[in-house]
Amino acid sequence: MDARIGNADAKATESWPDEIFAILKKFKVRQVTYVPDGGHAKLIRQVHADPDMVPVTLTTEEEGVAILAGAWIGGDRGTLLMQSSGVGNCINMLSLVKTVNFPFFALVTMRGEFGEFNPWQVPMGSATPEALQLMGIQVLRASHPGEVHEVVHAGAAMAYGGHTPTAVLLSQRLIGAKVFAE
Amino acid sequence: MSKSNELDRRKVVARLLADRKDAVVVPGLGSSNYDIAAAGDHDRNFYNWGAMGGAAMIGLGIALAQPKVPVVVITGDGEMLMGMGGLATIALSNPGNLSVIALDNGHYGETGGQKSHTSGRTDLSIIATGCGIADVRTITTMAEVEKLAERINRVGDGPVFATIKIGNDELPRILPQRDATFLKNRVRIALGHGVI
Repeated sequence: MDARIGNADAKATESWPDEIFAILKKFKVRQVTYVPDGGHAKLIRQVHADPDMVPVTLTTEEEGVAILAGAWIGGDRGTLLMQSSGVGNCINMLSLVKTVNFPFFALVTMRGEFGEFNPWQVPMGSATPEALQLMGIQVLRASHPGEVHEVVHAGAAMAYGGHTPTAVLLSQRLIGAKVFAE
Repeated sequence: MSKSNELDRRKVVARLLADRKDAVVVPGLGSSNYDIAAAGDHDRNFYNWGAMGGAAMIGLGIALAQPKVPVVVITGDGEMLMGMGGLATIALSNPGNLSVIALDNGHYGETGGQKSHTSGRTDLSIIATGCGIADVRTITTMAEVEKLAERINRVGDGPVFATIKIGNDELPRILPQRDATFLKNRVRIALGHGVI
């Protein structure tokens, strides 16, 4: 377990990743594409352990956007798990969301905000909500464990029910800022 | 100019798709789009007019959703160069129903014919092998195209990657449908799905 500040004390017993997993199951999400992130580690383990889900490890996040378009063309629902820096990698590929019109749903763990030690994370983290909005993605945010279920469920309902492309930002305050111990 | 011993891209693509049954075909943007349109429109063609670097990944998403359906991505060297990391993602996922074919003329045909990296030192087949794809082919003859055509129309044990060396002639553009929502729904309906 990595050391974190913010919500670090609750990390070992936190249940919100389980709640996200349950929502993905409820909405029959099959292809789960991701670039690994500490905030998504528990969820990624659950996806790999589920025989009905297809985890896809990406080399860069834009691959996930294209895979989700293909997944829907083939009849699958998918989701993209990434860190806020990955949003910047997706920008042109997000054109597919508008042209193809498929149920795009992303869960973005935020870096570069609450308690961030690493200044290299701040520029993209700060621009993440606007970057998504510029590409036509609706942005929701959960900052406290008690609201994760409600916000993620609402986002999934918009994406999979209404084909409104949606990203849920999981605040650094929720996840806990990474501590760089020497 | 094309040399006499180089393969004609239109003949190559027409041969690859001649015995097509239920395969879904995903062209990369640009000349591959026109080659596939020239071979004849099909309900299971998903033409790309943008999203450069994404063709193989769109193919992967379809292949994972439809494991019994052969999925054939036919793109160019420039489009493949932009999404090379995706070959590692394909190797890790290891779908037996996905083929990725790069029509390699070593040039960016849509933007004025500038040389690409494959005119220099870069070899896409070696990259695919290095990414972990077991069945990788570099094709320079129609006899090899015939063998590839047989393989891409069925499901095998793992993905296939092929570089096909083609001539650099500029051919007439055969423009396919470019409404991606229509194309998406046309493929979905052909696969037995609804629109939403």
